[in-house]
Amino acid sequence: MVSTSKDPVLAVVSLSGGNDGMNAVIPYSNPRYRDYRPTLGIPEEMIIPLNDTLGLHPSLAPMKKYWDEGKLAIIQGIGYPNGSLSHFRSMDIWATCEPDTLGVEGWLGRVVKELDPNKENVLTGVNFGRGLPRALAMEGVPIASVGDLSSYGLLTELEKEEQRNEALDLFGRMYGPAIGRGAVEDFIRSTGVEAMMGADILGTAPGMYRGEEEYLLGNIGGYMRDMVQVHNAGLGTRVFFTTAPYNIFDTHANQAVGQSNLLNDVARNVDSFMADLRHHGISDNVVTLLYSEFGRRAMDNGSGTDHGTGGVAFVIGEQVKGGLYGMYPSLEPGDLEDGGNLLHNNDFRSTYATLLENWMGLDSKPIVGGTWEKHSFV
Amino acid sequence: MSHHAVSQEEIALMAHLLRRAGFGASRDEIEARAHQGYDAVVEELLNPADAPGIEEDLMYRAYPSYFDKAAIETGQTEIVYRMINNKHQLKEKMALFWHTILCAGDNKVDNARTTSMQYDAFREKGMGNFKELLLWLSTDPAMLYYLDNIESHKTAVNENYGRELLELFSLGVGKDGDFNYSEDDVKACARAFTGWNLAPTVPVFPYGRTPFEFRFDPADHDYGEKTFLGETGNWNGDDVVEIICKQPSAARFVARKLYDFFVADEPPVPSWRLSEPRDLAAIEQLEKAYFDSGYEITAMLRVLFHGDFFKDEAIRYAKVKSPADVVIGTMRMAQDHTEPKPGLFFVAMEPKYMGMDLLNPPTVEGWHMGREWINSGSLIDRINFASRVLGDTELPGVRSMVNRLMAQGDSLTAEQMVDGCLDLVGPLTISDETRQELVGHVSRGGALLHGTEEEQADFSRRAGETFQMIATTSEFQFG
Repeated sequence: MVSTSKDPVLAVVSLSGGNDGMNAVIPYSNPRYRDYRPTLGIPEEMIIPLNDTLGLHPSLAPMKKYWDEGKLAIIQGIGYPNGSLSHFRSMDIWATCEPDTLGVEGWLGRVVKELDPNKENVLTGVNFGRGLPRALAMEGVPIASVGDLSSYGLLTELEKEEQRNEALDLFGRMYGPAIGRGAVEDFIRSTGVEAMMGADILGTAPGMYRGEEEYLLGNIGGYMRDMVQVHNAGLGTRVFFTTAPYNIFDTHANQAVGQSNLLNDVARNVDSFMADLRHHGISDNVVTLLYSEFGRRAMDNGSGTDHGTGGVAFVIGEQVKGGLYGMYPSLEPGDLEDGGNLLHNNDFRSTYATLLENWMGLDSKPIVGGTWEKHSFV
Repeated sequence: MSHHAVSQEEIALMAHLLRRAGFGASRDEIEARAHQGYDAVVEELLNPADAPGIEEDLMYRAYPSYFDKAAIETGQTEIVYRMINNKHQLKEKMALFWHTILCAGDNKVDNARTTSMQYDAFREKGMGNFKELLLWLSTDPAMLYYLDNIESHKTAVNENYGRELLELFSLGVGKDGDFNYSEDDVKACARAFTGWNLAPTVPVFPYGRTPFEFRFDPADHDYGEKTFLGETGNWNGDDVVEIICKQPSAARFVARKLYDFFVADEPPVPSWRLSEPRDLAAIEQLEKAYFDSGYEITAMLRVLFHGDFFKDEAIRYAKVKSPADVVIGTMRMAQDHTEPKPGLFFVAMEPKYMGMDLLNPPTVEGWHMGREWINSGSLIDRINFASRVLGDTELPGVRSMVNRLMAQGDSLTAEQMVDGCLDLVGPLTISDETRQELVGHVSRGGALLHGTEEEQADFSRRAGETFQMIATTSEFQFG
């Protein structure tokens, strides 16, 4: 277990679309890298070296500080067997931990259920963004899904307070008996009750926050700031989730500019997030995972890269033991998977298991399905 | 027209048809259509008259920016205006249907007019032939850009469009336990579409956007031999579409998608290899219409709307409304924005707040439907929007419903008020417990009279409140 006395909190950020791991953490001393990336290779002098063989994409510069502090773990060669090249299938697999069957339960949904089996706190799991990501989906587990933290509430058009209170009372009674005409209606009713409770509590968060950090708004920045606001308010949230929009890391074309902007967005927002947590004195019990559903093909296609398999993930936090985990996949042509993809050498479920057992203090077996060798990054 | 008395069941069935084959209707229209008869209305929906469904001159005069669509929000607002006002409701619903499947997102295309033109094409071609539609899609600039076919070259093939054409647009990964295609088929398909590209465009002003244009570049096309779904030849893209359309899995794909959209929720496409259709007999009828008609969508729709599986009471109000259904259905019920007026923009942003950003699907897979529309954030938006609109007794559709309630008698009981409102917004059935809560709430206001002006104002306000609270119920989330 961890040394902190406060409950451990896990923040997860999905870099949706398949981030090109090979151009994020770059094997710059390997001549094969230049062979595979005639168009997209990053000039050596721009790469930020981590050691004699690997370096960061220049846009990830703001994260180098945390590497130097020993608080950034880089998981290389992460993936799963027979990687699916379909975004949706692969996202689903990362979300459900079920590569062989079609899972509908999300791993973080299971985590929230484990942490709060009696639904004592409707804010144990909070998603930022519209729509509920599969990673958090689980029957009977309330997840607050917040599109806009500053105006979150029910029947807000009723201006007279007395009238609104009466209407909310009636709403509560109508939604109270969670007996509808079936599972979907039961789900809607319990969601309604949870929404009403969650909205009341979440509404207090922005007023308690004194933010000074600048985030790059647009992709993940605003929602990462919202995470800090809610964490700062001490509402008992243990799992935060957000996702970069719209398959945005799907850089089939014009990757040089596209990925550079995307990584810049990630790195600067992670830096702001960490600094913001530190500024509020609440950084010690948060660990953040950033992942993508797959890496991209070794060989570039002249403008971008196509879907691949083995990729890279990042774990960052005060309690994280920084360094490299997993192995960098071999770039030798004979070692590539069919179709020219980097072969993964550690399963994403090992990373999940590490976070669950060593950080959250949970039994990972029922959550990720089976026993997976753990890393030592936390 | 002779008016036979229509039964409650005829009204309920017509309301169901108009909700599914369109975006709902005012109570006045539902009753008029019920008089017209179910079969006649289905035929009218299937055969939009030559007369335009919308007065475009009027629309463009009121909203000139719709013509150029410099911003995506303009395209979204025009779509919402058309959804509310297009008399050819099925045509408009089919545009949305195809948009949820064959979708390009403007977050990538970054050319609002080009992305909107894709939606316009779905409106025009959506009830035609599936093969023609796929052929057109393969030349659609928004799609070619969205799925990187413009970066797919004879010497460097980009598989994105080739893969999604098979996985998400025409066959699906598998059916009945088998895979519908192999990775080699994906590669062959992608090779067949090399050279399906865009012409260079010159912006009309610096940093301006000109609609993209399709151009086939023979010099960049791979004319080599390809084996695709077991057939070998020097296939070009149109050959590939030809081969796709004759697959039983293509018939299954279109049938299951139509069933999912119009009848009852199916799981998302990636699971179709292993998950059986929920009503195989219905799917088989639709598949038969697909082949019998030579891939005509209207023929499949005719079978669908005449099918007992569609009319079945068990499927009514059993489908979670999509955000478009919530927003447009509410506007049509309340008869708001039935002609150009300020404020439409704010209505048009609502589907986005509820998780359906039109012209900007979250991924190339479109949106997951059914219960996945509901989460605490989206439910709050749905409830807030619908209750605000239906509580506004100044709106013509709501006003008309209030007048109908007054016409029931000089004095209404609380039960009559609640049951009357439920009938008018549906007919909608809600649980006894919920109904009792509503009745209790209404009865606390005392007698429901409308003799004097003061009583009329009180009656209207309380009818509006009742509509408003009905709009918050769990039952109202279904359509």
